[in-house]
Order: sequence, then C-alpha cells, then structure tokens
Amino acid sequence: MRTLRVMLKKEFLQIFRDRFMVALMFVMPIVQLLLLSNAATFEVKRAAVYVVDLDHSATSRAVVDRLRASGRFVIEEASSSMTLANEAMLARRVGIIVGLPADFGRDLVRTRAATVQLVLNAEDGAAAGVTSAYASRIIAAYAAELDAAGGVRAAQPSIDVRVRNWYNPELDYRDYMVPGILVQLVTVVGTLLTAMNIVREKELGTLDQLSVTPLARGTFIAAKLIPLWLLALVELSLGLVVARYVFHVPMRGSILLVFGAAAVYLVAALGIGLFVSTLAATQQQAMFITFFIIMIYLLMSGLFTPVRSMPGWAQVLAQANPVKHFILLMRAVLLKGASLRDVASPLAALGAFGAVILALAVRQYGRRVG
Amino acid sequence: MRHGALRAFMAKEVRHILRDRQTLTILLLMPLVQVVLFGFALRSDVHDVRLVIVDPAQDVASLSLRSRFASSSRFRIVATTRSASAVEPLFRRGDAEVALAFEPDFAGRVASRTEPARVRLSVDASDPNTATVIQSYARAVIAQWAEERAADMPAVAVRPVRIATAVRMRFNPTLESVNLFVPGLIALVLTLVSALMTAISLSREKERGTMEVLLVSPLRPWQIIVGKVLPYLALAFANVITALLAAWLVFHVPFRGSVLLLLGESLLYAVVSLALGVLIAARTSSQRAAMMVAMVGTLLPSTLLSGMIFPIASMPAWLAPFTTIIPARWFIVVARGIMLKGVGLPYLWRETLVLVGMALVLMLAAVRSFKPRLA
Repeated sequence: MRTLRVMLKKEFLQIFRDRFMVALMFVMPIVQLLLLSNAATFEVKRAAVYVVDLDHSATSRAVVDRLRASGRFVIEEASSSMTLANEAMLARRVGIIVGLPADFGRDLVRTRAATVQLVLNAEDGAAAGVTSAYASRIIAAYAAELDAAGGVRAAQPSIDVRVRNWYNPELDYRDYMVPGILVQLVTVVGTLLTAMNIVREKELGTLDQLSVTPLARGTFIAAKLIPLWLLALVELSLGLVVARYVFHVPMRGSILLVFGAAAVYLVAALGIGLFVSTLAATQQQAMFITFFIIMIYLLMSGLFTPVRSMPGWAQVLAQANPVKHFILLMRAVLLKGASLRDVASPLAALGAFGAVILALAVRQYGRRVG
Repeated sequence: MRHGALRAFMAKEVRHILRDRQTLTILLLMPLVQVVLFGFALRSDVHDVRLVIVDPAQDVASLSLRSRFASSSRFRIVATTRSASAVEPLFRRGDAEVALAFEPDFAGRVASRTEPARVRLSVDASDPNTATVIQSYARAVIAQWAEERAADMPAVAVRPVRIATAVRMRFNPTLESVNLFVPGLIALVLTLVSALMTAISLSREKERGTMEVLLVSPLRPWQIIVGKVLPYLALAFANVITALLAAWLVFHVPFRGSVLLLLGESLLYAVVSLALGVLIAARTSSQRAAMMVAMVGTLLPSTLLSGMIFPIASMPAWLAPFTTIIPARWFIVVARGIMLKGVGLPYLWRETLVLVGMALVLMLAAVRSFKPRLA
C-alpha cells in the first residue's frame, strides 16, 4: 500500500512537472469542444440560390419570393440560362439551382399541376438532402396557400398531424453532438496518454529498472492508471461544465450516474491504452496503434452516423465497442433523463469490456516484462 | 560529398521506417480500413424505424392507418398501447423512436370531413437528424393513406393544386457517402502520415539526443529536414494510392477529372502537412507534446472543421473564418472538384493558390524555428 502511495506521488509529480503537457491536456480538449461542437451540424442556415425563371409570371415570382422569405435561401444570381447556372454551381458560387419552366404559371391554372426543378450540388451530401427537403416543403406550402386562396376544399379527409419532438423540441443538433464529442476527447486523451506514458518508460529504459525492484506488477499498473483515470474524470467534469453553461445542453438525468458510468468506461478506455503499451516498443508505435484502434471505435460508435443505420454485421461488431455504449449512455442520461435501470445493459457491457481488456492487458504485460 | 551524406541519411531514415513493421502495417492498413468503413458501415439513411401505436379508439379508420404503417417497409411496430404514458420509458431505454397517437373518435372525424382528424406524432428528437427523417417518413405514409381514402368520398369539383419538385442531386445522384468521404479520407491519411509521423520522428531524435549528433554532422539543417521528410512523403503517397485504388475498385467511386492533377494536388497538400509536422517538432520538446499538438492541432480539425463530414455552410458565421486556416478544407474542395465534378485548374486555381501559399509560409516558419536550436 505504501509503495503504491509513493508510486502515485511520483506519477503525479511527473505529470505536473511538464507544465506544457498539463496545459495541453486541459486547454486543448475544451477549445476543441467549443469549436467542434459548433462545427458538427448538418443544418443548413443559408443556401445560395441561382434562379432560372423562364416563366416570368406572378406565380413563378411568388415561388421565388416564398423561398427568399423563409430566410433559409438567398437568391445570389438569376438569369434565364441553365448553362450560366451550371457554371455558377461548378464554381461553387451557388449550392442550388431553382428552375421554373416556361408556362409554369399557365400550367398551374390550366391543369392545376406544374413542376419546379431543383438542382443541388450534392458534393456536400447531407447538406444537399436537407436543403432539398426545405425547398420542397416551402413549395408545397405555397401550393396549399393557392388552394386556400381559391377556396378549394380538399377532396380527401384532412388529417392534422401534430408533431412533438421530444427531448429536443428545437432540434438543436449541438445537444446531440456535445456529449458525443466530449466522450471522444476524453477517450483520445485517456487512452493515448496511458499508452505513451508506459511506453516512454520502456523507451527510456526506466521500465527495466522498475522491473528489478520489488515493485509488484499490480501496484505498478495501478500507479500508472489511477492518475490518468483521475485526470480524465477531471477533464470530463470540465467538459460537462462547458456543455452545461456554454452549450446549454440539458442534463435531465443524474450527474452521479454519468460519473459512475464514466468511471467504469475509463477503466475500459485506459485498459486499451495499457494493452497497446504492451504491444508497442516506441512511443511512435504506441501512438499509431492507439490511434488506429480509436479511429475504428469512434467511426463505429454512432458519434457521427447512427449505429442503427449500419448494416447488420456492423451493428453486431458495434456491440463490442465500449465507445458506442458510453456515447449511447451519455446521450440517454443527459438528454432523455434515463435512469440506472434504463441504461443497465450498456453499463453492464462497459463493465464487462473493462474487466476483459484489463485482465488481458495485465496478463500480456506480465509476459512481456517478466 | 554533401549529397552523398544526404543520401546516406535518407537511407537510414528509410531503414527506420521499414524496420518498424507494426507501424508500417498500420499505416498501410489504415486507409484501406477507413475506405471500407466509410463505404460499408457509415451511412445515415434511416430504416427500420421502431414505432409505438397509442390507440384508444381502435376503430375502422385507426386500424386501417395502423395496418398501413405495419406494411410499410420503413416502420416496425414494436408496441401497441391505449395510453400515452407507456411511450416515455420506451424512448428512454432507446427501444422505440416514434409514437403515433390517435384521438378517441378518429373514425368519426375522418368520416365527417368538417373537422380535421387529429393524430399526434411524438418523435425521439435526441438525434435531431433521424427525428426529422422519421417525421417526414411518417407524414408521407399518412398523406398517402388520406389520399387513398379520397376514393371513398363523394367527388369534389376542383382538384387541389399540386406543385411537384423534380430534384436532381448533381455530382452524386445517390448521395453515396463513400463518394463524399474518399476525398476527405485522402486528406486525413496525408495529414496523419505527413504531419504526425514527421513531427514524432523529428522530436524523437530530439528526445534521444541524436538530433545534436545530426546537427554537428556535415549535414545542413535543410538537408536534415529533407532527409527526414522525403521517405515519409513516399509513404504518404503509397497510402493515397491504396486508398484511391480501394475506392475505385471496391466502391466504384467516380474519377471524373484528371488523376494526374489529383496526384499533383495531393503532393502539394502533403508538402503543407510535412512543413506543419516539422514546425510542430521544432516547437515542442517531447514526443508526447509533439503528438498531442499534432493530433489535436491538425488531425481533429482536419476531420471536423474541413467540411469532410460536416458542411462548412452549416457552421455558424463566426466559425467559418477559422476553417480557412485549415489546409484540409482547401484540399477537400480540390479533391472533390476533381473526382466528383471533373473540373480542372480553371475552377480550382484559387484553392490551389491558397495551398501553395500555406506551403511557403509553413516551410519558411519551419526552417526558421529549426535554426535557433542549432546553437
């Protein structure tokens, strides 16, 4: 026990001696959280429009007016040439071309049906999808407006669909992303530093010195993991403060549950780092292996794209991904107010993963050093 | 003589890289794994939506609409209850995404046509994107059902006005995510190998004290930098080519423009990243610090602030200027332009010029901050 205390003291001294690293560890993730959370959105606030109006009727102008009035579309350029419009899109001056065919207005009067052409720059895939949905909705609303003005009563039963968006009525994407990005940052810092901290001792040769002292393997590993585990928890707290007071992310569930789960999750995350440190001989190797693993975990975690949209085999693989479980849990507890019972299964998965990876790492460690 | 030394130094560096099998394997594997992940696993299309029906009415009309949802390929009814209170626990546990609630006299209202019949759609909007998509799916099912009921109704003289929208997604008609990500992926791989590897490899020499040995050798500082950088450049290029081949052979990602131009621009971007790596190594004192700076300063912004995943147009106005200092942002425009749009320099000269400018500034800064350590 006393050895552990001495070792812990040494580790803390070592961590805090390098002021630059400490600053990096705390300032960088917070800056990242501030910047990245604002960046991580598919919402389209302002789409640049090129209007090709071949009709020049009151109706065609009204369609353009409705688009502009929505505030989401800005009419950048207009002409009656599709070639010029294409040119503008190739040069990225506009993101959407709205084409109103000749006779648009007349067709609407005669046949009560007409078509608006929307051409989108799908280079920004998600944004294009969102933009076209906005435009279609605005145009459909305009059609309904024409009906109402003409006193047309629908020939079909009218169904009034009231939509309620639970947990996030404003559909603010940041509420969803901030907890996820926080997990990403804590994971990257925790796992990488663990791996590199131990491999550094290897590289410097001090690990060999330690292995000939009477220091027990368990004590050594505990002394290496506990400081970083605490640091990661502190970092998570800082991140949560930013999430709460800067991003106003709702925290409906128990914060205690968040920390409890984080404590379990970090064992898994640091365990991965420990495992990597047994495989790597140099810090460079350690970093690349860790980075490779974290990258796969993050991409498959549902942070950016929902896990349920993945193909079946990928969803099965995702079950073995601690990052996925923790992101799910964070979002459920913070945004939906889930209780311990609601998140029991991801929490159990985290615990199981942590135990397995730690056991594996310790065994591997004994083999390498002993 | 000097050049002989440079060649020897480069040979040493190449041997360093080749000897470290683990890192090499990972470096070569990484782009492949990423292309496969992006191509197969990372999709944002919503399917298999789990629906809860709250139906206190259980009448002809509500049952008919329910069966329409049941037969839709997008929805799966996971629970049917009479009271709305059962919905919340399902949402909290993540067992359902949407609830459709009918009012008690649904059939009566549908038949009357004087008053609209009401349904309430409650969506788990903790994921706003999915929520929006689910909502539009559900509305479409309901609208179609209502339209078909029109046949049962007495004919009305005037048809409602319909303005259809013909949507064309240019450059990527199916919104295939792999097409969008591959250009970003090239940037990511180049950043990783060029900036990160160089930064760490250089700071390793510093940490071990071998940098001093190098500095007193007949090698000039620029030769040390070039000798360090060139092998990594070759490695980065091998990576770009594997990623492109995988994208092309497995996922049939289009290459509409000139492959040569794309490779040239990749080279330019690699030079920018390498210069950044050298600069980071010169300014930091340990491998750990170099790695943290390289990781947090280049890699994360390159994925999240570059437009690779999240469009720059969606970012808040104050954030957009920040993206202009990220080289990947410019490179991705170029790579997408060449691959997806098939445009050449006449459309991309501005981005190319920015990259050239960045390369020059960073190289100058790197060489300058390298010098003081000579003394």
